[in-house]
Amino acid sequence: MNSDTQHKRRIAVFKFASCDGCQLSLLDAEDELLGVAGAVDIAYFPEATRAVLKGPYDIGLIEGSITTHHDAERIQELRRQCKTLVTIGACATAGGIQALRNWKDVEEFIRVVYATPQFISTLKLSTPIAEHVPVDFELRGCPINKCHLIELITATMAGRKPMIPSYSVCLECKRKSNVCISVARGIPCLGPVTQAGCGALCPSYDRGCYGCYGPMESPNTASLANQLHMLGQSDTQIMRAFRGFNAWSWQFRKTSEEYEHK
Amino acid sequence: MTGHTKTIRVDTLARVEGEGSLYIKLAGERVADVKLKIYEPPRFFEAFLRGRHFSEAPDITARICGICPIAYQMSAIHAIERALGTRIDPAVRLLRRLFYCGEWIESHTLHVYMLHAPDFLGYQDAIAMARDHRALVEQALRLKKVGNRIVTLLGGREIHPISATVGGFYKVPSKQQVRELVEDLKWALDASLETARWTANLDFPDFEQDYEFVALRHPDEYPFNEGRVVSNRGLDIDAAEYEDHFVELHVKHSNALHSVVRGRGSYLVGPLARFNLNFDKLPEIAKQAARDVKLAVPVKNPFRSIMVRSVEIVFACAEALRIVGEYEPPTIPRVEVPNQAGVGQAITEAPRGILYHRYAMDEKGLIIAARIIPPTSQNQKRIEDDLRDYAPRLVAWPLEEASWKCEQAIRNYDPCISCATHSLKLTVERRDADGV
Repeated sequence: MNSDTQHKRRIAVFKFASCDGCQLSLLDAEDELLGVAGAVDIAYFPEATRAVLKGPYDIGLIEGSITTHHDAERIQELRRQCKTLVTIGACATAGGIQALRNWKDVEEFIRVVYATPQFISTLKLSTPIAEHVPVDFELRGCPINKCHLIELITATMAGRKPMIPSYSVCLECKRKSNVCISVARGIPCLGPVTQAGCGALCPSYDRGCYGCYGPMESPNTASLANQLHMLGQSDTQIMRAFRGFNAWSWQFRKTSEEYEHK
Repeated sequence: MTGHTKTIRVDTLARVEGEGSLYIKLAGERVADVKLKIYEPPRFFEAFLRGRHFSEAPDITARICGICPIAYQMSAIHAIERALGTRIDPAVRLLRRLFYCGEWIESHTLHVYMLHAPDFLGYQDAIAMARDHRALVEQALRLKKVGNRIVTLLGGREIHPISATVGGFYKVPSKQQVRELVEDLKWALDASLETARWTANLDFPDFEQDYEFVALRHPDEYPFNEGRVVSNRGLDIDAAEYEDHFVELHVKHSNALHSVVRGRGSYLVGPLARFNLNFDKLPEIAKQAARDVKLAVPVKNPFRSIMVRSVEIVFACAEALRIVGEYEPPTIPRVEVPNQAGVGQAITEAPRGILYHRYAMDEKGLIIAARIIPPTSQNQKRIEDDLRDYAPRLVAWPLEEASWKCEQAIRNYDPCISCATHSLKLTVERRDADGV
């Protein structure tokens, strides 16, 4: 440990069930990476380094959802180790795409994928970190926006609240002067209920938003589901639309279940 | 335990994508046990793809891997298009190659400089390396960014891009937007040539293996999305025959499923295999880059994969420049693909090697069965075989250095454990003692 190390904040990155993409966002911040690395101590980040500094840590970034007994115990220990604990991405924040198991028989899933099912130990549900421990901040997105991550680290170091929008994708479309693809062209779009952050990517590429940033603050999912119905979407299609990368977030879950049982 | 027994154990493999550990037991100079363990939880993609519409498969399977999402999108799209008999615009075909160039540049640069180079130079990571080699790491980040810029232009964002779809792209870039990549790519091509020269000066252990190399081979080009599956031992098959020729075995010493060539054994996929089987299809500038650093086919030293990866970056930059120069937007970005029943398989070349997808759809276009075999699960047995031959020469080394060398040998493969865990066995114990 060098002399200035004691004054630097210690950041640790931990992975649970996930694709590695959200932590890769840090390495994808090509212009900021060396700056960030100079300002903090990267104390634990196996994807990038062999070096391991023991906890406690100032900031713990958690990627991935809880899907095993072992991980359910590990997150308890990590909560004790991290002064500020932040979930990064849809897996850690909403259970991820692997939460699709939550509506199925996981034993049957194991039989589909694995030849000798008895070796697989897994929980019935894929759950977000906040169902296990208190979380200080949740960074949305599948994947997260790397600028949000830099803002989050900067804000935490400065002791202020990160400036991350909680409004819907629609506002981003308006700001980009996109013509509404749903109104003008009848394309089903989850933008009205999805949190901003991607820069209204899908509508800007002529497709409907598929909700990878999860529900905005107070989304009216019932109203949007009606709108999708008016655009000709079947109940099953509406169910699938809400059952994506943030399927287990309670707002999307509620709507998908309503349409599953219609 | 006697003094002759030595155990190399790495509980958390670093600088790999995903979570795994290593366990090697040496009895004298004999390797008693080698286990590359995967404790990353399984995520069951094949199971929850069932009942989803085929148009969702590229977006869903991208989430298997944040490092190579384009590979998943390409394999999924091509498999589904083969199942449904979709014919795409030649300009779309070119754009898909350009898209893959971006991923190769980004992923290979990440591995060469940030994940693998620190092993050769004795640093824990690229950030520590940057303290002594700032210009080198800055060049790496800029090169990586050029790859990401291509991906972002075609796909909207670097990780889990949103534009590629069955039949084409939701939106294609204008000629002008594509031409704007030229300056970056010219710089990147020079930087990649420098990278190839730089990797040639690293120290390589004198270690060669007699591999069966498996890669795609296309009559006219270095492979991305099309070609037959070939090997240096006579294999030459269509993607549709893949499951007849490769099997996954459950071996006693490990909880992992091991992919093998039926009737033979382990095999290697990825840069070494592609380079050795397709050298003649590289553009002249990449061939020359290889010759300049005395990289001659067949390369059988896995530690030299860092050099081969660098030559593949040269290829990807040159190929991207070619496409960018020729590009004319397609008449329509994507063809409509009607719902119908069908079964299709496709293999594309992910940065880490061949990635197999198979889908069966019903008449509503809903997926009734899916199968995905990523490169890392194919390489897993081969990694253990390398370690079995390599570890005995480390007997006299201090344990920490021996462990590091073994980690480096694993990183030769740029393993992506996140990819592998939907088809690898989960090891139940995280840090089991194995009775040692």
